[in-house]
Amino acid sequence: MLNNFVMPDLYPAAPEIFLLLMSFVVLFADLFLGATQRRLAGRLTLLTLIGCAFITVYTDDGQSTLTFSNMFIDDLLADFLKLTTYVAVATMLVYGRQYLADRQLDKGEFYLLVLYATLGMMVMISAASLLTLYLGLELMSLSLYALVAIDRDSSRATEAAMKYFVLGALASGLLLYGMSMIYGATGNLEIGSIAQALLQDKADKTVLVFGLVFIVAGIAFKLGAVPFHMWIPDVYHGAPTVVTLFIGSAPKLAAYAMALRLLVYGLFSLAKEWQTMLLIMAVLSIGLGNLAAIAQSNLKRMLAYSAISHMGYMLLGLTAGVAGAEVDPFTVVNAYGSALYYTVAYVLMSLGSFGMILLLSRAGYEAEHLDDFKGLNQRSPWFAAIMLVFMLSMAGIPFFIGFFAKFAVLLAAVKAGHTVVAVVAVLFSLIGAFYYLRVVKLMYFDDPVDASPICAPVNMTFLLSLNGVAVAAFGLFPDAIMTMCTAVLLRSL
Amino acid sequence: MEFKNFLFYLFAAVTVVAALRVITARNPVHAVLFLVLAFFNMAGLWLLLQAEFLAIALVMVYVGAVMVLFLFVVMMLDISIERMRRGFWNNLPLGALVGLLLVGEMAVVLTGKYFSLEALPAHETPAGYSNTKELARILFTDYAYPFELASIILLVAIIAAVMLTLRRRKGTKGLPVAQQLNIKRSERVRIVNMPSVNQFPAGKEEGGDQA
Repeated sequence: MLNNFVMPDLYPAAPEIFLLLMSFVVLFADLFLGATQRRLAGRLTLLTLIGCAFITVYTDDGQSTLTFSNMFIDDLLADFLKLTTYVAVATMLVYGRQYLADRQLDKGEFYLLVLYATLGMMVMISAASLLTLYLGLELMSLSLYALVAIDRDSSRATEAAMKYFVLGALASGLLLYGMSMIYGATGNLEIGSIAQALLQDKADKTVLVFGLVFIVAGIAFKLGAVPFHMWIPDVYHGAPTVVTLFIGSAPKLAAYAMALRLLVYGLFSLAKEWQTMLLIMAVLSIGLGNLAAIAQSNLKRMLAYSAISHMGYMLLGLTAGVAGAEVDPFTVVNAYGSALYYTVAYVLMSLGSFGMILLLSRAGYEAEHLDDFKGLNQRSPWFAAIMLVFMLSMAGIPFFIGFFAKFAVLLAAVKAGHTVVAVVAVLFSLIGAFYYLRVVKLMYFDDPVDASPICAPVNMTFLLSLNGVAVAAFGLFPDAIMTMCTAVLLRSL
Repeated sequence: MEFKNFLFYLFAAVTVVAALRVITARNPVHAVLFLVLAFFNMAGLWLLLQAEFLAIALVMVYVGAVMVLFLFVVMMLDISIERMRRGFWNNLPLGALVGLLLVGEMAVVLTGKYFSLEALPAHETPAGYSNTKELARILFTDYAYPFELASIILLVAIIAAVMLTLRRRKGTKGLPVAQQLNIKRSERVRIVNMPSVNQFPAGKEEGGDQA
C-alpha cells in the first residue's frame, strides 16, 4: 500500500535539516559544557548560521523545486530571503552578546530559541502549503513569545510577553480560520493547487473572500499594520533590547514571504479584493505610525511606531502589483520587488538603530530614552555619524538606502494608479522626518547628560560601523539590491 | 440503521446535557467530571462516523491525560465559587450574544449552499477500510514534514517552559541539595599539618588563674 509513495528529496531542505541537527548539538553542548564554557552556545549558534548560509548557496540551482509532497518549495526567492535572514540573525547575536552577558541572559536557552525561531522563519519562507506555512509561523511565534519573557525579573518584559502571546494566539486563530475557509472552498492545502483551482473558477467566491479577510488580518498582525498594530509598541518597549532587535528584523522578512506566498502565489485571482484591503491598511499604518511616533520620548517606542509606518510603505508596494484590468508581468515583478527591497532596507536600518541602543547601554542601564543620545557627537563623533546615517535613511532623505526604497515603492504605487495614496504617503513621510531629525538634533546640538565613554566589544563596533557604511553605500548604488530583488522575483514567480 | 440513529441521539443528548452542566455545576470538581462525560460521548459520536482512531485518541489523550491533570489542578487550587460567580449576570448578555452568533454562523454554514451535504457528498468507504491505518499511512508519508515540524514545536514548548519556570527567585531560602551532595572532602575539610610539640609544659594549664 506504500507503492505509490516516493521518498521525498531532502536535498532542497538541507539548510533546515542542518540547522535542526545543529540545534541539538547546541542543546547538548550547553547542557554538559555550558557551566564552564559560557560562550560556547553563542559561538556554536553563529557557526550554525554560517554553515546554513554555505549550504543554502551550495544547494542553490536557480530552479524552483518542490519536495515533501509539494509542501516545501525551494526557489530563488526562498534562498535570497533565507540568506538575508541568516545575516540579520547573526548580526543580532553579535550586537547583543555584551548586552546579554551584562544582564546574565546569555543562557543556552536564548540561543536555542533564536535557532528555532530562525528555523520557523525558514519554514515559512519555503512554505508551499497552508499547513507548513502555519506550522512555521507557530514555531517562530512560540520561540519569540518565550524570548520576550526571557528576563523573568522584569515585570515589563513579562507583561509584554503576555500581551504578545494572547494577541498572537488570536491572530493565529484568525489566520487558521481563513485558511480553513480557503481549504473548504478549494479542497486543497497546497498553495499551487489553490491557485490552479481559482484560475479554473471552480471555487465559490463568497467563501473565498470570507476566508481572504481573515488571512489578510493574520498577515497584517504579523507585519504589525494598523489596525492590528496594538502589540508592537508594548512588545518593542517591554522586551529586552536584543529581543526587540530580533523581532524588528528577521521576522519581517518571513512575514513578507508569508504575504507573498499566500496572496500572490495562492490567491492572485483575488488580487482586486486583497489589494483594496492592503491599501487601506497601508495608508492607516503610514498615518498612525508617523503621527504617534512624534509623541514618544522613549526611543524603542518611537522606533516601534516607525516600524508600523515602514510596514505601511512595504504594503504599498504589495498593492501595486495589478494595475487596471490586464496583468503585466513586468509591473507585477517591479511592485513585489519594490516591497522586497523595502523590507530588506528596513531590516538593515532596524538592525543598525536598535544596535545603537545596545551600544550605549551598559550593565544595569538601558540607553532607550531620547535624552541618552544627547551630545553623542561629543562622546563619539564616529557613532554619532553612524546614527545620523540610520536616522536620515529611515526618514527617507536622499542618497541613503531608505530613500531609494521609498522611491521604488512610491513609483510602483503611482504606476498602479494609486497617485493620491502616494502623495499622502509622501506627506506623512515629511511629518515622520521630524522625529528622526529630532534625534539628530539631540546628538549634535545638545550637551551630553552623561559623558561616560562608550565601551563595547570590538566585533560589535566593527559590525555596527559596517552596517552604517552599508546603509550609506547601498544608497550610493541604489540599483544593486533593487536589481537583485526583481531578478529573484522574476525567476521565482 | 434504526439502532444507529438511536445511538446518535443518545450520545448527542448526553453530550449537550453534560456540556450544559459543565458551566452550571456549583462544584468545579463536578464540572470537570461532566466535561469528562461530554468528551466520552463525543468519542461515541466519532465512532459512529467510523473514525475509530480519533475516538480512541479522544478518550486516551483528553479523558485519560488532560482531564486528570485538570482534576488535579482544580483540586489543588482553592477556587472560590462565589467569587467566580459574581460577574455571571453582568457577563451573561455578552456571552449569550457570542454564543448565539456562533450557533447562527454554524447554521448558515451547514444549511447554506456552501458546505451543505449536497455540496460535499459523503465519502464511500470500501470494505475493510481502516481509519487508523490510513491516518498512519499519510502521517508518515505525505505529511511527514508537517509531522516533524509539529514535534519541533513541542520541543520548543518544553525548552520555553523549562526556561521560564526553572529559576531561583531572588531572596528565597532553600537548600541546594545537588550542590550539597556534590561536595568533595577537599572543599570542606582542611587538613593542616602541625608539629606535635607541647608548647605548654604539663601542670602549667591550671596554674594560670591561680597565679
